[in-house]
Amino acid sequence: MYKEICKKYAPTKDNLIQILHEIQDSHPQHYISPDAVDTVAEYLNVPANHIYGVLTFYTMYSTSPRGKNIIRLCESPPCYIKGSENILRKLKVILGVETGGTSKDGLFTLELCACLGVCGNAPVMMINEDVYGDLTEEKVEEIIDKIRGMK
Amino acid sequence: MKYYRSHILVSINETSIAAGVHGFIQALRNELAKADLTDEINILETGPLGFFGRGICITVYPENVSYEAVKVEDISELVQDHFLKGRPVKRLMLDAVNKFSPNFNYANRIVLRNSGIIDPENIDDYIGAGGYEAWEKALTQMQPADIVAEVKKSGLRGRGGAGFPAGVKWSFTAPLEAPQKYVVVNADEGEPGTFKDRLIMEGDPHQLLEGIMICARAIGATKAYIYIRGEYKLCISRLELAIKQAKEYGILGTNIFESGFDLDIMIKIGAGAYVCGEETALIESLEGNRGNPRWKPPFPGVKGLWQAPTVVNNVETLANVPFIIAKGAEEYMKYGTPECTGTKVYTILGDVAHPGLCEVDMGTTLRTIINEYAGGMKKGFRFKAALVGGAAGVILPDRMLDVKMDFSSLNQYAAVLGSGAILVMNEHQSIVDMLWSILRFFRHESCGKCSPCKNGTQQLYRLITKIKKGEGTMDDVDLMHTIAETMLHTSFCALGQSPIMAIRSAIENFRDEFIAITKK
Repeated sequence: MYKEICKKYAPTKDNLIQILHEIQDSHPQHYISPDAVDTVAEYLNVPANHIYGVLTFYTMYSTSPRGKNIIRLCESPPCYIKGSENILRKLKVILGVETGGTSKDGLFTLELCACLGVCGNAPVMMINEDVYGDLTEEKVEEIIDKIRGMK
Repeated sequence: MKYYRSHILVSINETSIAAGVHGFIQALRNELAKADLTDEINILETGPLGFFGRGICITVYPENVSYEAVKVEDISELVQDHFLKGRPVKRLMLDAVNKFSPNFNYANRIVLRNSGIIDPENIDDYIGAGGYEAWEKALTQMQPADIVAEVKKSGLRGRGGAGFPAGVKWSFTAPLEAPQKYVVVNADEGEPGTFKDRLIMEGDPHQLLEGIMICARAIGATKAYIYIRGEYKLCISRLELAIKQAKEYGILGTNIFESGFDLDIMIKIGAGAYVCGEETALIESLEGNRGNPRWKPPFPGVKGLWQAPTVVNNVETLANVPFIIAKGAEEYMKYGTPECTGTKVYTILGDVAHPGLCEVDMGTTLRTIINEYAGGMKKGFRFKAALVGGAAGVILPDRMLDVKMDFSSLNQYAAVLGSGAILVMNEHQSIVDMLWSILRFFRHESCGKCSPCKNGTQQLYRLITKIKKGEGTMDDVDLMHTIAETMLHTSFCALGQSPIMAIRSAIENFRDEFIAITKK
């Protein structure tokens, strides 16, 4: 499966970041497995340790399995002064996880991130591809409940 | 072409999408159909409307009435009162916009002049507004050296941060003989509080493409990369569409306008690293490596992407170029101040009445921006400080509100201008707390290549955490300053050189707060 994704791109190192994005997006657990790293290393003819270097450098990649939905809460100054800490506390309670953890039902992984560029609506989080802004503790609960209902 | 009595411009951006704009438009269409107005009133989905508003914002022409934070529930009232009876709904109107002349905030716009007026997903709209004229002129009537000279003369300075003159940058690369040269667009906007480039790309993607094309012709590059952050989904899809349309029209591709000039523009997506805003780190990332900055010199202009001569420019910088070429440097120099020409796009946030974006002349004071464009402070709040320039920015107190915002007046603070982020704090917010948040950010984003930054950002965070808890002393405060100063002189790239900005300005301007929170 990883091979097929690789083949969409020319086997040059500059495509590494795009290939890793696509592999991660295609995995139900949103991560890049050791298998995937080996496949990509072979395809691009670069050492596996180069790929691990890249993987662990960029915040959007994960080397361990994650939940079905990735919550990325912004902790940068504009969101911070608008109370992102309260939102984080609330999310930890609702999901029963610490930062970086995955909820027991495997539905959510809670992560912190740097500025998402939607500061006009701080505090902001992204769940997968969707942006949620002007967060309040009540609103967060609603959003999570809604996604839980959709499972 | 069909004639409509009225046009409703609906701003589609991350903010309005978050507020549910797509559902809103559908509901509006249904309601207009019910009122039998479908043939009379046109709905146009566009980019940022250029004023400050919350949620879903719309502007109705020809009346030029703007509404903000409209919801599905308001639609029937809007249709009944405004679109049927011609009486604008006062309670939803945005005062800050409507009280000014109809040209509010449009008089002095260059980069955002089409934004919120044209359909960004339709190349014909851009061409109709005079788009790609500059490109044709640059390709058929001007020599590369003329283009560089014109941009140099215009005084355009880089809008990414440091404010290096764009024309000068190009002039290093243009004369070099090389089998391949590149233009790289830095759209990896990561400075906290900044999203001007996102709005420029969402509102008018073709303008950026035109700027890239002109730059490529000027320096002799046949390939260009737009390095954009992965989170900017709407920008990415609009740029992809714009490139496709330009290719179909023969504006981009091989033998453009029969001139023999070839150009291809490609989009590369980043993966979340603040340091990749640094041009050499960005190039490393483009090559498929960790985003560690490179030693300079050689500068990218000489040896950049794959060791080929490369010009790296910010989105806003390139978006200024079509205007300069189409109208001439003289016309461009009418904007701004003699030392700092042109306009600047700002995003303004925090406790102001209308957070959002604006484009103003270089040299406009912070006071004017806050009072006139952001509608002043939010009711019940007093101004305490503004964090200008994001995390790598400075904290300015009220006595500095009348400093002109341009590269020369801001002097030592000049580097903060580029990102255009203004975060307004009220009197209840703590400077120490803000500084803590900034230093936490740097600790996280340091790439780890050089020791001064890797260790310095850790120590700064440790000290500010101690101070924030009330366990620090003024010696700790001064130690922070010393560490940041050392980082300024010894760090490899601009990231490690930046924390001093916030630290120095915070300590100098708000020393009392540090005295109050530290142990005697």
